[in-house]
Amino acid sequence: MYPDERVVKFISENFVPVRVDVRKNPAPMERFGAFWTPIVVILDPSGTERYRFEGYLPVNDFLAHLTLGLGHVAFAAGNFEEAERRFNEVVDKYPESEQAAEALYWRGVARYKKGDASALAETAAEFTRRYETSSWAKKASVWKKAS
Amino acid sequence: MPIEWRTDVDAGLAEAREKHKPVLLDFSAAPF
Repeated sequence: MYPDERVVKFISENFVPVRVDVRKNPAPMERFGAFWTPIVVILDPSGTERYRFEGYLPVNDFLAHLTLGLGHVAFAAGNFEEAERRFNEVVDKYPESEQAAEALYWRGVARYKKGDASALAETAAEFTRRYETSSWAKKASVWKKAS
Repeated sequence: MPIEWRTDVDAGLAEAREKHKPVLLDFSAAPF
């Protein structure tokens, strides 16, 4: 996926990209608890891990993961506006990806954290129309009476 | 233009702090 122009642009714009050749330099694997390859670990600017995923993926799924990771970085920093934007980006751009349901869940949480009291119930309602068999729909189901 | 991969983890972390950008840490056993 790295030769793909969209991937190159997305990574170059949003990350400091660091690549570890584990055959030549295995020490960082132990340091970051990476026991299989390929693994992508997303760290916030202070170096704290916020997201990781494993395995080779098609471009859209790969970009969905990266975008979701940026959402989690923003969320952990308390930047709920940016987190909502990133989670929404996953839902809008990659609705067929496995990450879309997770992004829909966290988009609701980010909206709630911004002060939108109806966000959780609205998210639970949305899960009755899409991704209804996902584990994220089950997790959101408790929000149905939240507002 | 290809991705400008850094190969030094600690230098990458320092750059991330300086630029206030997240780090994408890619562990690969495939040839670069």
